[in-house]
Amino acid sequence: MTEATGTVPESTREQPPRSPRGLLQALNLDTRLLGMVGALAVIWIGFQILSGLTGPKHDIFSGTFLTPVNLYNLAQQSVSVGIMATGMVLIIVSRNIDLSIGSILGLTGYTMAMVQVIWIPKSLGLGFDQPYTWIIALAIGIALGAAIGAFQGFLIAYGKVPAFIVTLGGLLVWRGLVFEEQQGQTISPLDKTFQLLGGSPTASLGDVASWILGILACAGIIYTLIATRRKRRKYGFPVRPTWALGVLMALGCLAILGFVWIMNSYAWPPGLATQYAHDHGITAPPGGLQIATGIAFPVIILIAVTLVMTYITTRRRFGRYVFAIGGNPDAAELGGINVRRTIMLTFVLIGILAAISGAVQSARLQAAVTSLGTQAELDVIAAAVIGGTSFSGGIGTIPGAVLGAVVMQSLRSGMLLLRVDSPIQDIVVGVVLVSAIAFDTYVRGRSAR
Amino acid sequence: MSEGAMSTEKVAGVDSAAAPLGAPLVEMRNIRIAFGGVHAVEGVTVDLRAGEVVGLVGGNGAGKSTLMRALSGAHPPDGGEILIDGQVASITNPRDAKALGIETIYQTLALADNIDAAGNMFLGRELKTRTGSLDDDAMESATRKVIGRLNPRFKAFKRPVMSLSGGQRQSVAIARAVHFNARILIMDEPTAALGPAETAQVRTLVKQLKDDGIGIFLISHDIHDVFDLSDRISVMLHGKLVGTVRKADVTTDEVLAMIIMGKLPSEVSEKDLAELHR
Ligand SMILES: Nc1ncnc2c1ncn2[C@@H]1O[C@H](COP(=O)(O)OP(=O)(O)O)[C@@H](O)[C@H]1O
Ligand SMILES: [Mg+2]
Repeated sequence: MTEATGTVPESTREQPPRSPRGLLQALNLDTRLLGMVGALAVIWIGFQILSGLTGPKHDIFSGTFLTPVNLYNLAQQSVSVGIMATGMVLIIVSRNIDLSIGSILGLTGYTMAMVQVIWIPKSLGLGFDQPYTWIIALAIGIALGAAIGAFQGFLIAYGKVPAFIVTLGGLLVWRGLVFEEQQGQTISPLDKTFQLLGGSPTASLGDVASWILGILACAGIIYTLIATRRKRRKYGFPVRPTWALGVLMALGCLAILGFVWIMNSYAWPPGLATQYAHDHGITAPPGGLQIATGIAFPVIILIAVTLVMTYITTRRRFGRYVFAIGGNPDAAELGGINVRRTIMLTFVLIGILAAISGAVQSARLQAAVTSLGTQAELDVIAAAVIGGTSFSGGIGTIPGAVLGAVVMQSLRSGMLLLRVDSPIQDIVVGVVLVSAIAFDTYVRGRSAR
Repeated sequence: MSEGAMSTEKVAGVDSAAAPLGAPLVEMRNIRIAFGGVHAVEGVTVDLRAGEVVGLVGGNGAGKSTLMRALSGAHPPDGGEILIDGQVASITNPRDAKALGIETIYQTLALADNIDAAGNMFLGRELKTRTGSLDDDAMESATRKVIGRLNPRFKAFKRPVMSLSGGQRQSVAIARAVHFNARILIMDEPTAALGPAETAQVRTLVKQLKDDGIGIFLISHDIHDVFDLSDRISVMLHGKLVGTVRKADVTTDEVLAMIIMGKLPSEVSEKDLAELHR
């Protein structure tokens, strides 16, 4: 603690700096992440304007992109890609790739559907919609995802087969098994409780619970920032100036509460509200019953996955080792790290995440179809790379990848809104993927010089 | 050297309490390492005592780094044996070596470029909090102390080491090797990227560590460094050991003759010395 005396002046510099660059430095924010937020804003405003111009009124003010219903759907649709992107970060950071996640998603989703539609109710004769059905189905799906990931990870880490090859094979094999399982039939209807994982107006938190969650999250941010600062002070390390701390807290809370506000602004569709009023003996007020939807359950799953994965990556040895391996595999080996086990675990992790996405997607469709998760690998890889994960290894963040997923989904959903044909959508996604990687290579090449 | 070799012959396999006084800290016997058809190290025998610095010199590609990588567990030898405190030790990976108190500053530094100084210093040996998560603050604090002593101007504790200068990176590698209470230290070109001030710090450090009873293998291109710091000098040429001499018994010219011509001082003629200075 004695050696830190030289650093005190930094922390006592309390005056806000004048230049924008100095401001960013004092806030100590990830500039890359800020850039992405900016890009997202541009995309959103662009789609808002375009949807207005192509809409019935042909002006820039009547857009339908930035509406509560669209943003609610956007959040919900980003979940599946977002969940898997958090795992893809670790895979790419350690210089591997996983092309099989879409097929793992399909196979696990399909299997979970089989468990709840055929095996438990029919094969075991226990009947539909048992209270335990959803959790058993989910557990089996996750175990299957983990097992597939472990198998592929073993071949890659211990068998030294390139990840590209193993997972390309997996892409075909696991998808093929979907067709083998039930001759390609659609499996439905899913368990009532399980369907809640997919999210819908009735599978959302509602306004009160959403506000409570938002306020708890704010408290969490404030507490974490203060605790971190206190600990760094205790060691005598330089800390952010107080004003910067305040700005950060305000920005964080504003973002969270703003999100909750938007989700709460989306009211149940009139038909559903009327049905609800009827079922519960409520007389609807004139103009219909207004029920705030709030945060959808799958979005809560994504938030939880993001928090857990961020913790694993930044605060656990495992995450540190993944990054060390990506930065310098020899150094990791010489440091005594079990490189092969670590690599294998990253594939187990993404297998689990693909299974969770499989649950969310099939629950949302209320059925399992053979095409479940097709091409998901492209969106997921694009999300990770747009989110700042570098193919040269060793660099990437979890929140960045989730933001990247929102960017990808914004593009898809915006194009859908503008009635862009599906092949054109694919072309755009392909171009964005390659551009993002080219841009990343260019930027990192320049900063390396 | 010969009396150590004789006495330890009988001790192998016996518990350490029976190790005779004065058994070398490290004995590498008849080490052989080949890469495909390249015999990088061919039957080399060297030893090291506590509180001693043994300089390991030789031209580029002589096999110095490869020999030391066998001791640090980075590349287990194809033949020969390694004795620590007179006991045959099986060092098959870096963890084995560290468990025996062997720390290494690699010629390549072996840093993960994308991770900060503290992350590198504790790589593989991270400090944890009660909940089992990384205690980054404790690690940063320890890192600031150790590096601060080596290189007082070092400030970039939060940046990936990629963005540091060669000298700063070397400071991180050195700090890592000395932080964990090594008994045996391998320094492979530790001052290659350092400026004069930091080099002087490292020299002081070597002398300090030696006084603490640590045995040091020092590889250096700088023959003056080696002469200044070593007690004995082992010379390698083309994967073979030319010989080991006591510093007090030789001149720099004689060591140069060993390095370049592979001739022991007794074999060197006036003509050879004249040749060296041409
Ligand atoms: N990993 C390796 N693979 C193949 N050859 C190697 C490897 N490491 C070292 N060598 C070869 O072994 C010989 C000795 O190298 P090295 O121990 O690095 O020499 P020094 O450290 O004395 O300069 C050289 O011929 C080198 O090319
Ligand atoms: Mg070398």
